[in-house]
Amino acid sequence: MADILGAEVDEEGFLVNLGDWTKEIAEEMAKGDNIELTEEHWDVINFLRDYFDEYQIAPAVRVLTKAIGKQFGKEKGNSKYLYALFPYGPGKQGCRFAGLPKPTGCI
Amino acid sequence: MSTKKFMYLNRKAPYGTVYALESLEVVLIAAAFEQDVSLVFIDDGVYQIVDGQNTDGIGMKNFSKAYHALGDYDINQLYVSAESLTERGLSVDDLMPLVYEDEDDDWAEKPSIKVVSNVEISKIMSEQDVCLSF
Repeated sequence: MADILGAEVDEEGFLVNLGDWTKEIAEEMAKGDNIELTEEHWDVINFLRDYFDEYQIAPAVRVLTKAIGKQFGKEKGNSKYLYALFPYGPGKQGCRFAGLPKPTGCI
Repeated sequence: MSTKKFMYLNRKAPYGTVYALESLEVVLIAAAFEQDVSLVFIDDGVYQIVDGQNTDGIGMKNFSKAYHALGDYDINQLYVSAESLTERGLSVDDLMPLVYEDEDDDWAEKPSIKVVSNVEISKIMSEQDVCLSF
């Protein structure tokens, strides 16, 4: 079984045990995707973690986009901005870095 | 793409079978297609949205918090059978306060739950394009 900094991940790179998550794991995952995490990335990652904590699900991209726009300003509430941060999809890649399961309905 | 009216009927208790969780997952997935979606909670299905669920004793995941996300997915027509509540000694005050933000009304928070009679439910059901029963 593959691991990142000792934490077990599945075949798509998502954490198996959500409790294993650390910031260092997120940074290591990003490095594997050739991304250096900036403050803008962390805004989204922290938002995803808070959302999961509250609702027990990872939000769909549409819901994420709307909520980010509301919280961080309209110029950030669009898929162009979010895909620039997470080229493999804000839902899929963002949730992976955030240590969450793959979003419901994500293909 | 034309919009169709989808109704999801929830008839079973939240735990013990996988129906409630599966229904919720299908609803959330289907929400991506931006259809006109309504949910009905009837029979033991009313227990799915009872407030203060605690699954510690049965070793199952408490997924009830996810119903609060429905509003974010623009799913805000939740019909609850008045008869089913009464038969179980429940009232609307025993249910989770599920709300949505009305985009056309300056994001005012409004309740999603409507308690209606079974006669009204069958009338709303007859207006649907698709009914899925769980």
